Amino acid sequence: MKNITKLGAVSALSLVIGASAAFAENIKIAFIDPLSGPFASTGTNGLHQFEFAADYMINEKGGVLDGDMFEVVGFDNKTSPKESLIQLQVAIDQGVRFIVQGNSSGVANALTEAIEKHNNRNPDSRVLFLNYAAVDPALTNEKCNFWHFRFDANADIKMHALTDVIAKEEGIKKVYLIGQDYSFGKAVAAAAESMLGAKRPDIEIVGNELHPIGKVKDFTPYARKVISSEADAVITGNWGADMLGLGKSIIENGFTGPIYTYYAAGSGITAAFGESGKGRIRLISQGGINPIASEEARTLYNAFKEKYPDGNIDQSRIFNTIGMLAQAINEAGTADDVVAVASKLEGMKYPSMWGGELYMRPQDHQLIQDMNISVHTDENIEFDYDNSGFGVLTESTVVNASMDSATTCEMKRP
Amino acid sequence: MDLVLVNLIDGLVTGLLLFMLSAGLTLIFSMMGVLNFAHASFYMLGAYFAYQISIALGFWMGLLIAPLIVGVLGAGVERYGLRRVHQYGHVPELIFTFGLALLIEELVQFIWGKNQMPYSVPDVLNFTAFAISGNSIPAYKIFMIFISVGIFLGLLYVLTKTRVGMIIQAALSYPRTVEALGHNVPLIFMGVFGVGTALAGVAGVIAGPVLGTFPGMAFVLGSIVFVTIVIGGLGSLWGALVASLLIGWITTFAKSYNIEMENILNAIGISTPEDLSESVFRDFWSLTSPQIADILPYILMVLILIFRPAGLFGKRIS
Repeated sequence: MKNITKLGAVSALSLVIGASAAFAENIKIAFIDPLSGPFASTGTNGLHQFEFAADYMINEKGGVLDGDMFEVVGFDNKTSPKESLIQLQVAIDQGVRFIVQGNSSGVANALTEAIEKHNNRNPDSRVLFLNYAAVDPALTNEKCNFWHFRFDANADIKMHALTDVIAKEEGIKKVYLIGQDYSFGKAVAAAAESMLGAKRPDIEIVGNELHPIGKVKDFTPYARKVISSEADAVITGNWGADMLGLGKSIIENGFTGPIYTYYAAGSGITAAFGESGKGRIRLISQGGINPIASEEARTLYNAFKEKYPDGNIDQSRIFNTIGMLAQAINEAGTADDVVAVASKLEGMKYPSMWGGELYMRPQDHQLIQDMNISVHTDENIEFDYDNSGFGVLTESTVVNASMDSATTCEMKRP
Repeated sequence: MDLVLVNLIDGLVTGLLLFMLSAGLTLIFSMMGVLNFAHASFYMLGAYFAYQISIALGFWMGLLIAPLIVGVLGAGVERYGLRRVHQYGHVPELIFTFGLALLIEELVQFIWGKNQMPYSVPDVLNFTAFAISGNSIPAYKIFMIFISVGIFLGLLYVLTKTRVGMIIQAALSYPRTVEALGHNVPLIFMGVFGVGTALAGVAGVIAGPVLGTFPGMAFVLGSIVFVTIVIGGLGSLWGALVASLLIGWITTFAKSYNIEMENILNAIGISTPEDLSESVFRDFWSLTSPQIADILPYILMVLILIFRPAGLFGKRIS
């Protein structure tokens, strides 16, 4: 039904497109991510952060170029690559030039491929793919292309930082790897295995397991395996409901070691872990929330809280994405010629309000930034998540993580 | 060996939870011939109501009140929705319940948002009951077992030993005769629908804290409930129980042990091809049991439909 409505809207739009071309238009940013289904909360929170970033950072300060405004439009892809391609087409037909997506590398892989084809065939309606959270390393390696930019650190970069920390923990002798059964989950497991092997050969990988994504009702059987393997630590790349289900289950069923995660914060996860996850759950991510990295970020966070009292800024890279896009558009002097915008994004250095200087590596379009390891706790938390009193506290920072890491990307520029 | 015992307990908990959902559904189906697609949505409502009540009055009041509200809602749906649609046949009824499921999900998102709710186990039950070689069994799981077994025994007693139960059973098979004897069959239908949805509500109340209270919770359980009642035999309470436990144990054991397809095939005398990477069956050979655990119930359902279409305990042959 939704699609029919959209189809109608699109055809109606195409009728008036000639008439409206003469007026100054909003710069539309299509947000293609799950807004329904098991990962709806992750997607919706991301959309809110994008909308807020566009309004607060850009529109309220007069927009970009000659007062053009950013407009973020949400498209529900139900976490399905197939649905995402349909939504991509709808977005392109609506005149969108910038696509943002992040949840699921499976979707990102499909999108980047489709966008590359589209851009080659339709030089007049090219689009850019600003990936804010899909971290499969392939996207900036063998599958890289000129149109894709990644604002999050990829799984390998994160794992590098994470394994540096684990390597220092003498007590950890056995590690259990568990993740969702798709490209990202596999990438995390492979990276953990090879990097732990290099940094701490004495650590034994006692389990390496993948489970279906978004379909597991009860994680108890997996938790039992983790416990009976006598692991000292667990590493998981799980996100959304899968992260919470897994984390709760292994804690409830008697696991006492630390759980190293990529995404165990916000979207209700922090509140649901509460006391049970205190000091146990560690998180690798960019952006310092506690302590907050800058006064600018504090003001922004407070303004965000005013607008979304129940919301969290759990993906501060979204603000970097919007900020860098605006700067690129201003420098290029156009929002329609995406090749010019992309060329400005390449190699851009951008001081982030969330800490550190960001650098968009031109050879693979991977953003280089500081990585933080934080812990789930209720002590010294200025900005908690889910209004729970609990939040993430930065424990250590890796500056410009993996700045010189190798890439197999052979960038073809138009 | 210890893990076997732990898995038996885990499977029992999963199975009994499934039973509470499927018991109501199977009664409703045998009574009205309607597959109630919204059944799992009532389960979700149970969890959300209980969460809301637990904030104000504590977990135990939630356990008491939430299923009642869900049951009344269910009865209302039967009285003012399904009964009106009933005269147009089964397909409109199906569509009605399907639409209802979507409506409830949207409503829940509208009221509570899409985030996971911090609905958690009450403090009195938040401890480890006992541990088997390092695997703790939370007290809450023992509590879940007692609640479900209690409900099963209660239902069994009411349905087989009391006058009300006899009339219900009679109304299930011969509604017109029972009506002719002076019983109010529509009222019975409404009652059974209400009790069935209330059972789903109870399941939601006690499952919410462990499986998570979020708008997708109905979706992840929705289809497996239908599988359960088909395997057990439509309309059979014993069938629902046996099928639920079977599914609980099968999936738990399949996930707990990494049984590889290669080993199974080798055991039955098929040798591994020389070069697996070239073989068209490569994916098949490299399957492990946790990967296919969640589809095992569906395979079981297909087998049951082929060899025993009425289900394990089903009496209906048509």
